[in-house]
Amino acid sequence: MEKKWEEMSADEKQEAQFQKLLAPKDPEGNDLQFQSPEAETGFKASINRLKDAIQLKKLPDRVPVTIFPSMFPYMYAGMTVQEAMYDYEKCVAGYKKFVLDFKPDLPMGAAGPGPGRFYEILDYKLYSWPGHGVAPEHSYQCNEGEYMKAEDYDLLITDPSFYFRNFYLPRVFGKLEPWNMLPPLTGILEMYGVAFSFIPFGLPPVQDAYKALFEAGAEALKWAMAVGGIDAELATLGFPNIFGGFSKAPFDVLGDTLRGTKGVMIDMYRQPDKLLKALEAITPIMIGLGLGAAQQTGKPFIFMPLHKGADGFLSDEQFKKFYWPTLKQVMLGLIDGGCIPLPAAEGGYNTRLKYLNELPKGKTLWMFDQTDMAVAKETVGDTLCLLGNVPSSMLKLGTPQDVRDYAKKLIDTAGKGGGFVMCNGAFFDEANPENVKAMVDFTKEYGVYK
Amino acid sequence: MSEELARLLADLKEAEAIEFVEKALEQGTDPLDLLEGAKEGMKIVGERFSDADYFIPDLVFSGEILKSIVAILEPHLKSDKGEGAKRLGKVIIGTVAGDIHDIGKDLVVFMLDVSGFEVTDLGIDVPVQKFVDTIKETGSKVVGLSGFLTLAFDSMKGTVDAIREAGLRDDVKIMIGGGQIDEQVREFTGADAYGRDAIEAVALAQRWI
Repeated sequence: MEKKWEEMSADEKQEAQFQKLLAPKDPEGNDLQFQSPEAETGFKASINRLKDAIQLKKLPDRVPVTIFPSMFPYMYAGMTVQEAMYDYEKCVAGYKKFVLDFKPDLPMGAAGPGPGRFYEILDYKLYSWPGHGVAPEHSYQCNEGEYMKAEDYDLLITDPSFYFRNFYLPRVFGKLEPWNMLPPLTGILEMYGVAFSFIPFGLPPVQDAYKALFEAGAEALKWAMAVGGIDAELATLGFPNIFGGFSKAPFDVLGDTLRGTKGVMIDMYRQPDKLLKALEAITPIMIGLGLGAAQQTGKPFIFMPLHKGADGFLSDEQFKKFYWPTLKQVMLGLIDGGCIPLPAAEGGYNTRLKYLNELPKGKTLWMFDQTDMAVAKETVGDTLCLLGNVPSSMLKLGTPQDVRDYAKKLIDTAGKGGGFVMCNGAFFDEANPENVKAMVDFTKEYGVYK
Repeated sequence: MSEELARLLADLKEAEAIEFVEKALEQGTDPLDLLEGAKEGMKIVGERFSDADYFIPDLVFSGEILKSIVAILEPHLKSDKGEGAKRLGKVIIGTVAGDIHDIGKDLVVFMLDVSGFEVTDLGIDVPVQKFVDTIKETGSKVVGLSGFLTLAFDSMKGTVDAIREAGLRDDVKIMIGGGQIDEQVREFTGADAYGRDAIEAVALAQRWI
């Protein structure tokens, strides 16, 4: 008899997730019809290859290779970032060309550019994007700020959802500003007075905010159909998108888009206890975010871009006190739920490697940017699977031979005995296509384990 | 007297440092002395950062304390202060066209400033011509170009080219820095050097001025 999900160990859950990936369904829930036997073989080989690399039990048939770009696929396909953000059909067509031309084992989907009109409808202030503060050919970029004020900690800690809805979201979406008038849902208790709580929904500005929200939702859905559709199509051609969702280190949640880099760093001195409490409050939310997404998409890989924990940003002591404990908790929570955290350690992580051995073996996939991969292999190679490290500068400015030489060194060191996925180290927009091709093709040839 | 303030600031004792300044002013201490003490404290902060005793949060917080101290001192300082501080030389810093990232750039500006350079901070998304004009206006001998995205490689090259076309290339040394910047990018852009962090930026400026 099959075990219930709740009764499974983390190992069993992970295995069940891989088996689910190996038996893909079409959008109607039937077994996916591959376009050729080769496509099916390739699809399953890619997943098994990645599974072996991650679990560290069995040597994969070869080093898996993937590409995690930012806007490169769309630039490569000859469109501006603006076009990719506003013309969803064009966007996914460009992405398809990218996947079919470069043939990475595990493409990451076409969600990168996002729906331009959606951001417009809600007057998104957190980012600048093409036509809104950035040139048409450039990538969107974050506008750092103190969207959460220094004195807001108690509100956030007490009721994060209320804080987000009534304070944070009205600040980052111009159109949702009237949400600051909404009542707390937890005040809706009994018949006497219940109608008072609903008065704000009768106010014209609030109603306008909801109209914008409906419009934004419809736009997001239209975009998601295009992005999801191309994933389904590429799966039938043998290219599995394994990304199931997204989560973050609690410290980055506060430091990236709530308090901002400067704000969170000052809080470490002025109100460390509140900062720690807020990190704790955010932790289960970040676990739930990943688990929920994985359940919805049926895919276990949870992408986690890591920022403020990089070498040089925090001292060892600060990292140990403010960054690592809650990041570790989020990862353990995701692993317990059968997910595979895929943290992207931007910048260097050389001084942090020693902490990563506190994670269970064979449960995480770490993208490294400028970390020394030979040292990483030595330090954490028995705990986790390494991914990445081909420099953006080389992909844009080097020669295919430079890339092959670099990839060879990576396979010989980081790839020794499995536990490594070839990939770029940082998300890139511009690159010489020949270099990207060289990274993939060389790995497929030289990376075969004998 | 100001040594005590330097120590408090260098040790990031915000409340004590501010209390010290307020009390000292009440007791009639020359505000210029206190300003000197604060500057000395910031110098120590910079040294500790160079020695990897301090990290970015410590720099950021020391800057906040300094801001509070200066705000208290300002009304007491004579407007014709002339400052008298000798500056090591002029440096222009900016994030290149198309890129709006500022955290790395701000750290470089901060470290150059506490290390005694006169810094012109042009901000983010700086048009090529703005760098050229500012070199002419200020006579700065060092220019620092910052950038985080791959698009910055081309913008940096464009900026270096424009400085050359304006006939100013031999008058300035150009350094570049940012997330993905390495020797390969330096060669591509035609800059004189690249730095991995704010400390290397200071070392380069010291070597060049």
